[in-house]
Amino acid sequence: MNFPQQIRAEFPILDRRVDSRPLVYFDNAATSQRPSCVINLQQELCSGHNANIHRAVHTLSFEATGYYEAGRRAVQKFINAASADEIVLTSGATMSINLVAECLARGGFIGCGDGILLTEAEHHSNIVPWQIVCEHTGSHLEVVPVAAGRNGANDGSVDMAAFCAALQRGVRMVAINHVSNILGVENPIKEMVAAAHGAGVPVLIDGAQGIAHRRVDVQALDCDFYVFSGHKIYAPTGIGVLYAKREWQHRLPPFMGGGDMVGKVSFDKTTYADPPLKFEAGTANFVAGACLRPALEFAAKVMESPAQEAHTGRLISAMNEALASVDGLWVAASDARKRIPLWSFTIDGVHPLDAATLMDKFGVALRSGHMCAEPIVDRIGGGSMLRASLMPYNTLEEVEIFRETLLRTVKMLRK
Amino acid sequence: MMSINDIQDSIIEEFAVYDEWLDKYEYLIDLGRDLPLAEEADKTEGNLIDGCQSRVWLVCRRESDGRLYFRADSDAIITKGIISLLVRIFDGQTPADILAADLYFIDAIGLKENLSPTRAGGLAAMIKRIREIAEQYGEG
Ligand SMILES: Cc1ncc(COP(=O)(O)O)c(C=O)c1O
Repeated sequence: MNFPQQIRAEFPILDRRVDSRPLVYFDNAATSQRPSCVINLQQELCSGHNANIHRAVHTLSFEATGYYEAGRRAVQKFINAASADEIVLTSGATMSINLVAECLARGGFIGCGDGILLTEAEHHSNIVPWQIVCEHTGSHLEVVPVAAGRNGANDGSVDMAAFCAALQRGVRMVAINHVSNILGVENPIKEMVAAAHGAGVPVLIDGAQGIAHRRVDVQALDCDFYVFSGHKIYAPTGIGVLYAKREWQHRLPPFMGGGDMVGKVSFDKTTYADPPLKFEAGTANFVAGACLRPALEFAAKVMESPAQEAHTGRLISAMNEALASVDGLWVAASDARKRIPLWSFTIDGVHPLDAATLMDKFGVALRSGHMCAEPIVDRIGGGSMLRASLMPYNTLEEVEIFRETLLRTVKMLRK
Repeated sequence: MMSINDIQDSIIEEFAVYDEWLDKYEYLIDLGRDLPLAEEADKTEGNLIDGCQSRVWLVCRRESDGRLYFRADSDAIITKGIISLLVRIFDGQTPADILAADLYFIDAIGLKENLSPTRAGGLAAMIKRIREIAEQYGEG
């Protein structure tokens, strides 16, 4: 593949303009754009194969079910799960984490006095579901610090000594990000899984940010759960993945009750479907589920391309230089060794909301605020930061527009 | 005392000289710098309007003439510029006039996008708070 021109051509939206200026889309960590192969399948399914899946015997339903199950198998292949039955399709990473938290609690795997280990840099989606469990069960959070901030180490690494120490304090579950949506730093999840398993504790990995930038092999990782959202890796919104190891699929009680998740229903006794359908109550978002296949096949092609790797490396260097050229700009985890193309930063004397507002008027889409990770943004960013996040379809020219625009914006706001 | 609509019309006129959005925002930024700030002592939790991304403080007092007087501040300067326009419009008006007001100037000067909840600049929340205050005093 030719980078970035060739894949860029696959994304119609990247040609659009904002207020007559070319769009520079640097908010990919919030949602990525969709390539034509995904858009075309969405269109094709809606116009040719729309039916409820898994239920009827008519042609349309067979076809729709086939597409949906092909989506599931594409996920299995993409993350190298042992079986497609280990892939539960949900509405997104958020639902996947809520499912695991709720089912672990109801199944009695987390109870009064137990600890749930998180890092300080989790997304709200990997904090609040566990807090709800804590409220119900009398368990508590064990929060491990990360090295980020203006004073002291700023490489974004998780304090592994604190992580291992916490494992010895009655922790019954570990839920950690693969890559934080604030720091952009890859965590040593393999090591963390091994340490947790050494203490007999299961691990959920929040892969929402990791999945589009790192190849994941759940068997090699040996994690118990790995979750992500389709819309951050070229697929539509409204579809997400919960990889759960086979043994957990059987151990956990069902999540929601409804159609599709049952074996036999009577008022005396209901039996449940085999996993993964046991966790998929109600009509699924079959179009989005089916689109996982082209999206993940596209992602695999992109990620395996050496040209892409070189291009992303150049994007990262250019962004590092661009950010360093702005006076008074501070980057979270600036000393990170393993960074995805994502930077959160503050600028002295400039409110992130003002900067993002003006940058948008210049056509550059950034994120501002607490970005759904208030605890870490409060500590290192005074409650609000700016974030730029790129995908392989972004270009060095866009980085240059970003740099010039940022300098201009800062000048206007500091005047 | 100018009426709410007179003030809106003069704001629209002032903005009409700028065809470029850039100049409009520069003007807003200048307005933000000039905004008579609320006193530090007024920046309390109670006066804080939840605007998600920027913080906005609003203080209101009613004088013996029955009219409402506002002071406001924000930690974001564009937000501050926009709220300075609102303060200019509502400062010294009666609760009844405030409640009856139709804020057409926001659309007319091309700042409508700042009203959407995702802009999170606190503008929509601030208008809501001003109306609530007017309602309270209107009844009392
Ligand atoms: C690290 C992380 N976890 C979880 C989520 C939640 O994803 P979704 O809103 O798609 O469920 C996000 C999304 O921003 C994220 O960045």
